[in-house]
Amino acid sequence: MRIDLRAWWSFVRRLAADDAYERYLEHHRQHHPNTPPLDRRSFYLLEQQRKWSGVQRCC
Amino acid sequence: MRKLFWILVAIIGAFAVGGIAISRGETINAMWIVVAAVCVYALGYRFYSAWIAARVLTVDATRATPAVRLNNGRDFVPTHKWIVFGHHFAAIAGPGPLIGPTLAAQFGYLPGTLWILVGAVLGGCVQDMTILFLSTRRNGRSLGQMAKEELGPIGGYAAMIGTLVIMIILIAVLGLVVVNAMRHSPWATSTVFATIPIAILIGLYLKNIRPGRVLEASLIGVALLLFAVVGGGWIDANPTIREWFNWDGPSLAWFVIGYGFIAAVLPVWLLLAPRDYLSTFLKLGTVFLLAIAVVIMSPEIKMPAVTQFIDGTGPIFGGKLFPFVFITIACGAVSGFHALVSSGTTPKLISNEADVRLVGYGSMMLESGVAIMAMIAATLLDPGVYFAINSAPGVVGATAEAAVETISSWGFPVTVQQMSELAQAMGESTLFARTGGAPSLAVGMANIFSSAFGQSMLAIWYHFAIMFEAVFILTTLDAGTRVGRFMLQDFMGHFWKPMGETSWYPSVLIASALIVAGWGYFLYIGVVDPNGGINILWPLFGISNQLLAGIALCVATGILVKQGKLKFAWVTGAPLAWLAIVTTTATWEKVVSPDVRVGFLAAADQLAARLAQGTLPPEQAAVAPQLIFNQRLDAVLAIILTLVLWVVIVDTARVCWRVAKGLPVLPTSEAPATFISVTEARITVTETR
Repeated sequence: MRIDLRAWWSFVRRLAADDAYERYLEHHRQHHPNTPPLDRRSFYLLEQQRKWSGVQRCC
Repeated sequence: MRKLFWILVAIIGAFAVGGIAISRGETINAMWIVVAAVCVYALGYRFYSAWIAARVLTVDATRATPAVRLNNGRDFVPTHKWIVFGHHFAAIAGPGPLIGPTLAAQFGYLPGTLWILVGAVLGGCVQDMTILFLSTRRNGRSLGQMAKEELGPIGGYAAMIGTLVIMIILIAVLGLVVVNAMRHSPWATSTVFATIPIAILIGLYLKNIRPGRVLEASLIGVALLLFAVVGGGWIDANPTIREWFNWDGPSLAWFVIGYGFIAAVLPVWLLLAPRDYLSTFLKLGTVFLLAIAVVIMSPEIKMPAVTQFIDGTGPIFGGKLFPFVFITIACGAVSGFHALVSSGTTPKLISNEADVRLVGYGSMMLESGVAIMAMIAATLLDPGVYFAINSAPGVVGATAEAAVETISSWGFPVTVQQMSELAQAMGESTLFARTGGAPSLAVGMANIFSSAFGQSMLAIWYHFAIMFEAVFILTTLDAGTRVGRFMLQDFMGHFWKPMGETSWYPSVLIASALIVAGWGYFLYIGVVDPNGGINILWPLFGISNQLLAGIALCVATGILVKQGKLKFAWVTGAPLAWLAIVTTTATWEKVVSPDVRVGFLAAADQLAARLAQGTLPPEQAAVAPQLIFNQRLDAVLAIILTLVLWVVIVDTARVCWRVAKGLPVLPTSEAPATFISVTEARITVTETR
């Protein structure tokens, strides 16, 4: 039961992009271990810029 | 056993569809519609989408998707299929499927309901899934790029023009819906105004206080929004403060125009992004709640199955059942706009090709379900009340007495007292002539919510529903203006390089101003039009949205034929043919019909004649020249839109003909195949199951 709750919580976080920074850090550690990652704030701002450069919302 | 289950679903579904189709009693329970919809979707998903995926598209679970091959942790990220489903649904579901069915309810509940079900299962869902799949095979190329690379430059330019025009018309009509909901309603206006500082506050929180903590920020924001709904009631109760928010239509139109411009040039983190988080939360939450509430309440549908307005004399919009029910309900049945989301953003998240079925077909099914709920919310009202809310004063008469007399004479009895009691219960001064669909939908939703979750709070539920619609209409408005701005900057960059730089401030200001001026013009004319504006703008929106669907289906059909799948080309070709017939007939009628409520030119001529004779009252004479010009402009616009569609159809036919003759065509733009091992494929598929 506890595991289910945790899975559900991580699903909700993923859906809301609440865990975007953690996933970025994970990806960064695996693929670019020799460069320092962005801090939380710069990452967030850059992500918003990227996200809102295309068609994201519909009628 | 399994076979037995599906046979049972088919029988129940057929029974429910038959039930709603032949019922001619006083009322019918909404559960019939719900059951019919669930069965139709289940069968469509289980059989048709599976067959398309396996036989037509030949989805290959062992072929690596761009998210897997190009994983960069940002836009290309292999993602669990239910997460992609959530993102994709949140992106495609806008105010369209709520408003279209509300307006189309003037024909009765049956025509709209059948079109929503059939159109979605055979048209809209197929389009969304096919485009999603084709774009996934092409590294997430956009619809315009695919049109250009697969059909040729003509298709590419047509897709670009179509997108820009639909964006402008869409924003204008949505702006009009919000303005009509706020007009002389201090409660609604103050609540909608309050959403702006709330969004900015959340934007600052997400940037400076707790960067990127989306969930907690959204929860705070939603709590503030709910408080704003209640607070609006206090403002409304205060005789002095309520006058600050008691605005007329043109002032509200100017406000929306100014807001749209500012929102388009501000950095996204400040207003657009936080507003979108809030609206997505509200959207998913409200859709979920509404579905539960409809089932708990299982309301009686009071609207007849078919009304006399199928003859074209409807008060909400003029025009016969064919083709106008198919134009009015675009989103919810077939929406071309979805093709823009299905190409570009979503394909970059697909972790396995097998997921396109759930994400593409499934999301559109859910959106169609939202349209069904909007239809239920509109038709559970007393028909007299429904028509009193949605009919413009130019059609039924300017005073309450005149309006109820006209509407009652149609056989839909309603009284002034009934309307004023309803308005009072909803916390409004009047509900007459609140055109645009949002207020009557809000009355329907308030009815459903209050009877499912507590009768006492009708006014709160009503304004919650208005706020809910306004929040995501304004999100679409911001986001649409921004996308339009990028497209215009890209276009102007061809003529003068610096204009193409998306972050060069003069270019940002000029392009944004042009886009806002485009939709602002249509919005303003719609607001000053005594016939309500919706009668003109909504059909134009429907035509342009389905024009875009036509272009998307052309691209899909062309690619199928190029792949040698001519015998399956009807899968996208049949909906394409239907949309071509519908939009072309609708355009023809909108342009040449002698009925002034349908034909743009007839309306312009009649108004011009009356202006020349001097028979118009002075306030109408003042705006008449603008209205005359606008009707003629709309006629030209409708013709251009339909021509664009036919150019793409002819271009597609040319490509198909060359394939049939064995002549060379453009090579496929599919990315070369890389395969993951069968075990790996099985792992990603089971992981995401």
